[in-house]
Amino acid sequence: MDKTINITLKVWRQRGPQEKGAFQTYQLEGISVDSSFLEMLDILNEKLINEGQEPVVFDHDCREGICGMCSLYVNGHPHGPDEDVTTCQLHMRKFHDGETITIEPWRSAGFPVIRDLMVDRSAFDKIMQAGGYVSVNTGGVPDANSIPIPKPDADEAMESASCIGCGACVAACKNGSAMLFVSAKVSQFALLPQGRVEAARRAKAMLAKMDELGFGNCTNTGACEAECPKNVSITNIARLNRQFISAKLKD
Amino acid sequence: MWLLNSSIGRKLIMSISGIFLILFLLFHMSMNVAAVFSEEAYNTICEFLGANWYAVVGTLVLAAGFIIHIIYGLWLTLQNRKARGNDRYAVNATPKGVEWSSQNMFVLGIVILGFIVLHLSQFWYKMMFAELTGNVSVTLGDTFVSPADGAAFIKYYFSNIVFVILYLIWYVAIWFHLTHGFWSAIQTIGWNNRIWMNRWKCISNIFATIIFLGFAIVTITFYIKSLA
Repeated sequence: MDKTINITLKVWRQRGPQEKGAFQTYQLEGISVDSSFLEMLDILNEKLINEGQEPVVFDHDCREGICGMCSLYVNGHPHGPDEDVTTCQLHMRKFHDGETITIEPWRSAGFPVIRDLMVDRSAFDKIMQAGGYVSVNTGGVPDANSIPIPKPDADEAMESASCIGCGACVAACKNGSAMLFVSAKVSQFALLPQGRVEAARRAKAMLAKMDELGFGNCTNTGACEAECPKNVSITNIARLNRQFISAKLKD
Repeated sequence: MWLLNSSIGRKLIMSISGIFLILFLLFHMSMNVAAVFSEEAYNTICEFLGANWYAVVGTLVLAAGFIIHIIYGLWLTLQNRKARGNDRYAVNATPKGVEWSSQNMFVLGIVILGFIVLHLSQFWYKMMFAELTGNVSVTLGDTFVSPADGAAFIKYYFSNIVFVILYLIWYVAIWFHLTHGFWSAIQTIGWNNRIWMNRWKCISNIFATIIFLGFAIVTITFYIKSLA
């Protein structure tokens, strides 16, 4: 028999973007420590539906830490207290019996609440549309090693590209800044020859979009890096700063 | 203008003005330390920095640096509060590796500014400003001294334990402000990478500590001298 725990949940409930939300408390008993955090929320929702209440709305999709859809600010941390995992990879073994778990949506002016724990993160899509691509159609897959790329550059680009765009950086930032996301997306292209051609234009366009959408100014607290489920480094932010400043100086 | 319209531009101004003020602190600290070894040497510097045109120009440039740094700090903070939104988290936990100072730069800035007002009223107002208005002697407690006699000012104020403690609190606030401000300014310019991140942070701590010790030694030395 699995070990089970009894927990108290304080969940943010908000019916719509314009309506006032509030915390509601729920008791859950006999939750297996082997279940994931989202499975625990599924159990809660099943219980609520059976009792004829509205289930809690939350974002999720792949449930294996790749898609960047899950969010949730759990006990003061985006993606919960565990390190370098998304909420869907968080397990109930990280909590103890009798614990009160507070679950909040991402809170930032750039991410308005849609309902309950679900927020509108389409601002990230808009930033990507502003320049997060290579605009030349390169046809089929080229031969391996036809464009030589140094291993350290490839690794660095891969690490930047590991950003799943979940928005935990914005949620963690006291300034509501999206610099970690934007800098990771700028870096993953800028480090490779295919993306380097448009690097200056991309940095300017994506940053302008970020500013336009009302995200804050980075003050290098590093909370984003500490809470990022993919461990994206704030050295990406230095790279974005460098590229943006040199692009503007050249203009 | 991108320095005003973009977030990185605004931060760059914050960064450059901050580095400028850091260099000023380094100069001011070095000059103070001279007073520990020779009061005459210190007074020579004070005379040099009196109502001469180059000292006045320097002061104006410095004041501009302060004002720009303060206005931009205020502007960025207000924008960031707006970007954060009206709804606050019910539960907050500071993540590992986040310096306390980095999240309280604005508060530290206000504390430092408050002490600057005190400091200017005690020293600058009675020294350079008095010289500019043509005063050949200013009151310092019960006595009259020349506005160029910097050592007399140090001796007078730092014989009072209340001012000594207030100044030490000020230096601590500056220490916290610099430990984050120094490397953060470098990061904003973009001169950072995986290797240099920890180096800059280490240099920031060392630099802030040198500045702190330099100022603190002068204050404490003159207090001890006043007891003797």
